[in-house]
Amino acid sequence: MTTEKSSTKYMVAKLLLLAVVMLAFTYAMVPIYKAACDAGWIDATRDNSANPYANVNANVDTSNTQVDKSRWITVEFVANTNAKMPWNFAAQQSSIRIHPGEMTNVVYDVVNTTDRETEGVAVPSYGPALAVEYFKKVECFCFTKQKLGPHESRGMPVVFVVTPDLPKDVNTITLSYTFFEVKS
Amino acid sequence: MEAVHEHGHDHHPSGLMRWVTTTNHKDIGTLYLWFSLIMFFFAGSLALGIRAELFQPGLQFLQPHTFNQLTTMHGLIMVFGAIMPAFVGFANWQVPLMIGAPDMALPRMNNWSFWLLPVAAILLIVSFFVPGGAAAGGWTMYPPLFIQGGISGDMTILAVHILGISSIMGSINIITTIMNMRAPGMTYMKMPLFVWTWFITAYLLVAVMPVLAGAVTMLLTDRHFDTHFFNAAGGGDPVMFQHIFWFFGHPEVYIMILPAFGIVSTIIPTFARKPLFGYASMVYATASIAILSFIVWAHHMYSVGMPTAAQLFFMYATMLIAVPTGVKVFNWLATMWQGAMTFETPMLFAVGFVALFTIGGFTGVVLAIVPVDIQLQDTYYVVAHFHYVLVSGSLFALFAGAYYWLPKWTGHMYNEAMGKWHFWLSVIGFNITFFPQHFLGLAGMPRRIPDYALQFADFNMISSVGGFIFGTTQLLFLIVVIKCIRGGASAGNKPWEGADTLEWTIPSPAPYHTFATPPVVK
Amino acid sequence: MMSNLIKKVGGGLALAMYSMLAQAEYALNLPQPATEIARQIFDLHTITMWIIVGIAVVVYGAMFWSILKHRKSVGHKAANFHHNTMVEIVWTTIPLLILIVMAYPATKSVLAMRDTSNPDMTVKITGYQWKWEYDYQQDGFKFMSVLSTPREQLENYNGKSDKGENYLLEVDNPMVVPVGKKVRVLLTASDVIHAWWVPEFGIKQDAIPGFIKDSWFKADKAGIYRGQCAELCGKDHGYMPIVVEVKEQADYDKWLAEQKTKAAAASKDAGKVYELAELKSMGEKVYAANCAGCHQAKGEGMPPVFPALDGSKMVNGPKQAQIDIVMNGKAGTAMPAFGNQMSDTDIAAVITYTRNAWSNKAGDVTQSSEIKALRK
Repeated sequence: MTTEKSSTKYMVAKLLLLAVVMLAFTYAMVPIYKAACDAGWIDATRDNSANPYANVNANVDTSNTQVDKSRWITVEFVANTNAKMPWNFAAQQSSIRIHPGEMTNVVYDVVNTTDRETEGVAVPSYGPALAVEYFKKVECFCFTKQKLGPHESRGMPVVFVVTPDLPKDVNTITLSYTFFEVKS
Repeated sequence: MEAVHEHGHDHHPSGLMRWVTTTNHKDIGTLYLWFSLIMFFFAGSLALGIRAELFQPGLQFLQPHTFNQLTTMHGLIMVFGAIMPAFVGFANWQVPLMIGAPDMALPRMNNWSFWLLPVAAILLIVSFFVPGGAAAGGWTMYPPLFIQGGISGDMTILAVHILGISSIMGSINIITTIMNMRAPGMTYMKMPLFVWTWFITAYLLVAVMPVLAGAVTMLLTDRHFDTHFFNAAGGGDPVMFQHIFWFFGHPEVYIMILPAFGIVSTIIPTFARKPLFGYASMVYATASIAILSFIVWAHHMYSVGMPTAAQLFFMYATMLIAVPTGVKVFNWLATMWQGAMTFETPMLFAVGFVALFTIGGFTGVVLAIVPVDIQLQDTYYVVAHFHYVLVSGSLFALFAGAYYWLPKWTGHMYNEAMGKWHFWLSVIGFNITFFPQHFLGLAGMPRRIPDYALQFADFNMISSVGGFIFGTTQLLFLIVVIKCIRGGASAGNKPWEGADTLEWTIPSPAPYHTFATPPVVK
Repeated sequence: MMSNLIKKVGGGLALAMYSMLAQAEYALNLPQPATEIARQIFDLHTITMWIIVGIAVVVYGAMFWSILKHRKSVGHKAANFHHNTMVEIVWTTIPLLILIVMAYPATKSVLAMRDTSNPDMTVKITGYQWKWEYDYQQDGFKFMSVLSTPREQLENYNGKSDKGENYLLEVDNPMVVPVGKKVRVLLTASDVIHAWWVPEFGIKQDAIPGFIKDSWFKADKAGIYRGQCAELCGKDHGYMPIVVEVKEQADYDKWLAEQKTKAAAASKDAGKVYELAELKSMGEKVYAANCAGCHQAKGEGMPPVFPALDGSKMVNGPKQAQIDIVMNGKAGTAMPAFGNQMSDTDIAAVITYTRNAWSNKAGDVTQSSEIKALRK
């Protein structure tokens, strides 16, 4: 009888542990999900990394990148603002035709239309989703807080290279930014 | 049924305090069953509100926002307040009786896990009356929509937490009982299938209820504490919620159907007077369904635009589930085959289960196919599919089990004629309600809309008529149960000729304390 | 009196039954496909249904045979078998093989529908609570697409119902595309998740705030195609239909030219000064399309969630504060920043309208130039 009692306690402890482990696993899913997204398994519609600087400046040795003059690709620039974001946001040009491997510079314009100082964060996204693999940014304003004074406007540059190993059937890539307001 | 228990050696309080303090598995089982029946009627009346509004195009009774509250709360309460507690009620009553145990392994925890339920239910019901009304973002609580809601969102999250804790406690109890308290000689492979399916279900519950708890906690902190789990601005992703939710949600689907498989696998052999065909393969099929349920979650969200490879993986995995599910249906058929069947109400509901659940299984295969699902996702086709699985599946199995064991619980036979009426009206009403919804979905009617284009009008009218037939029919069940508790023909130890599990060796109604000395199973 | 009532109710029911049978429109299948992908989906569904019918005949045949013949009441004696390895292997393998057969064409279709390469044109579609915006970015114009069914038709509380043919499936500005061209759509949302769905095209894609998701369609035939939002997005989820007008190339070019002229005219027009009455009547339309969903047609709102505008302190107060809320939204409420959704003229008109409609008598006029100045 005592052995059964103690084994009951042991069982309960084990099962409670399972429940706690699963709860911890749920929170662990957040980084796992990000890793899986970066690997392109689950949802590739995000940046190479949520870390703003991971794919900026780092390891993009543009001098060695061969420019593939035989190919043209169209890169479209999309600007979105979230429902609560009181900024006007647009790319200076809606699209550009470039060769893979070519370093390109574009500018997005942003205007704060309110009478107060506002902060925002831009989230990048790519279409088709797999383009994220081949879109290397040398300079970008995403994921860093931008602060604009009342009615202040600013040009925000993006410098990027589309690597030449981009699959042959992809000839249009879309780079999208969505600005969200953040509370300071 | 209170009148008949034998007090024997111990004393327990009488009246209300008896039920509040009880640690007896039969009392607690009864509490669970009454609670779930009340919740069933409440959530059912919400559904009738929905069907009333959808009877005709145009808004007749409800504002769109109220309509969304009804669909959301109907789903939440049916899943967490009616179907799940009802199965736990069956487990409380039947698991100890079927394995020859005197009670559950952890009687005091058992009391707690029940009494958490009314607290959660009150929270959910009261949330209708707070400013802004009840949660209206769907039972799936997808952000960012759910985060927009008012205070009722927090109440819903709290209620889900409480329900989750209750489920985990109940499951731990069931697992421990099954592992430690089986009668001598009752090896695992001799356990009745109902016990087996609950054993596996309980493991699923312990594994996935914390996942739901985690997901809704993230929602809560996103709402109030500036975390960014599901907010793109902070590097989060609203789609991640869907992944986590359905990682819980798909096993949850099987949590609601595996015990139903167990009940049906117990009833069909009894009334076919023939042993269950393929006992071992039933056990293996149950286990493989449970395991597969962890790798198919994303088929609920094909339309979010995940990578093609992921879509294909989830499509193949989902189609694979059809195999063990098919095995189960074939086993039930083979059990009926060459039997000497009689069709008392429990058997009617069990056969109705097999026939109609199979339709839900078929549409499940249709929905597994990604391109077809892209067309049907979030339409009434899906609504029809999961009601075939949850109403003619889970709910019919619950009715089958209730009619089957009511004689054991109350000591009286239920009214057979009324039971049969209940069955036939339910089958007819159910099919009138939900069969046309397949056509609505195919034709392009989205789900969760308070009003619809004129081309959907006719089938919606039929569906609403069916809904009211089905809804009012359930009052018949209430009458049958009350009549059965009050009196009726004496049941005797074993009212069913073909039954062979342990609960039929004890008197009816089952004495307050049973199997104080364990029976020996050969 | 009672019998009279019964006669009336019975007559009504009979009439309802008759009308249901006589003029009913019982669509039993997927809509007629208008793209190659939709056709593949249609065929996949048909094949699957036939396989299911085959299996169903076997399963239900065995079930009903057994129910009829193997019952105690006809004197059937129960056999005692409970196991047969051979049979069990067979009924595990055969379904597996059938599924593999089904998976093959399904896989081919998935690969085809996800291939967004080599589009002829791109349209960005943004979901808002509760309307769609179509942005023809390469051609430099965009427009909102809002349900155009009059609100009187929606509300049936008084029992009247005269509904138009395309009730709930009509919009003010449909999306327009040329026939036979591969149109790539980029889906995103501004507030919550929506889903863009046109059944005849076999396309359904969730629109997720912060992210763009691409999909495509290529319509076979000119015509008007209708769909709806397919992801619960709040109160008016049922009221944000999708209408796509597929035109012959020449007609499309004409439409495109018109849109470009209109866009140019609008920017030239921006400084135009309007009279109070003009602005009010323009504003009434803007209000019905964008505001009435929450603040209600007569400005009575739905407190406490959606405040009343009629008699509101805010609307009758200084206009700068009201313009700020309309353009920039209000934190902690459902009020979005309309500055990004509406033109200067529309905002000016709706401000003027709300300040001078119902019992509100502010008497002032807001010109589009005032809005334009704020955008700098």
